[in-house]
Amino acid sequence: MTTSVEQKSGGMKQDLVIYVCILVLAAIQFVIAYQNIDGTQMFVRMLIVALVEAGLALLFFMHLWTEKRAFMWSAGIVTVFVLLTLQYGWTDAFRVSAGVPWAK
Amino acid sequence: MSQADLTMEGHATFAGQPPFSLSTKKMAMWLFIIADTATFAGCLVAYGFLRNATVNWPRPFHSITNVALMTFILVTSSLTMLFGVRAAASGAKSGALRWVFTTAGLGIVFALLHIREWLALIGEGMTMFHNPWGTGLFGAAFFSITGLHLTHVTGGVIALIIVGIRYNGGRYKADDLEVLGLYWHFVDLVWMFVVPMVYLLNLAR
Repeated sequence: MTTSVEQKSGGMKQDLVIYVCILVLAAIQFVIAYQNIDGTQMFVRMLIVALVEAGLALLFFMHLWTEKRAFMWSAGIVTVFVLLTLQYGWTDAFRVSAGVPWAK
Repeated sequence: MSQADLTMEGHATFAGQPPFSLSTKKMAMWLFIIADTATFAGCLVAYGFLRNATVNWPRPFHSITNVALMTFILVTSSLTMLFGVRAAASGAKSGALRWVFTTAGLGIVFALLHIREWLALIGEGMTMFHNPWGTGLFGAAFFSITGLHLTHVTGGVIALIIVGIRYNGGRYKADDLEVLGLYWHFVDLVWMFVVPMVYLLNLAR
């Protein structure tokens, strides 16, 4: 009996390459943490790196790349929509930090 | 052909082919992962809101050594899980079991490092609602997010041991290891967001 892993994905060499890539990206996050930049820039840079790491893990470690494209798109669109709607309250966080008396 | 025949035929076609050609277990795991993604995202967004809206947010982390080691261990455990799933898929039962137990071992080391870090912070005076550096909200946010992740790791380790033993005994198959692998990689994936938001943005300067 074979599983979808054996049938479709790229082999142990690919696993090792993705593993090294994720480790390098994680190291980049640690380097960013010591850069002399403001908090917002730091957050954005780290988030971009984390998204690339997560993308690699999803596509290759979790074999989403080898599943049917229809599944990838269906699950992806729904999840991204939910994640984006969660960002709805951010503006209020800025209102609090910029609008309260001690922020002046 | 009657309407009843058409209906039956339609149902048979639907029932005969699982959605997206995924097994039921795998589909269930993906649905769990999507739901759990929303859970963690909700926690991290709430954390970000608090951090952004609070003036005296603490920066208690002086060293990245522990969190770097934890990250290395968790990412490596994802690789060993992949090797275990591949070994199982090719029928190498003992190899698969060895890799799965290696993954569980790495998960235990990760959990122990995590608990050691918690104890160190508690030793410095941090509790759920109080800490010596700034707003008391930090403790609640930190312990909630890292605790939720640690719960997932602990659950994953228990599942790895149980599924590994049952796979060895013939009750579970290679597909079951693959489904559990999806969960373990997800736990790793979540950590990729917890590290920058909870640790790296709070390094002492």
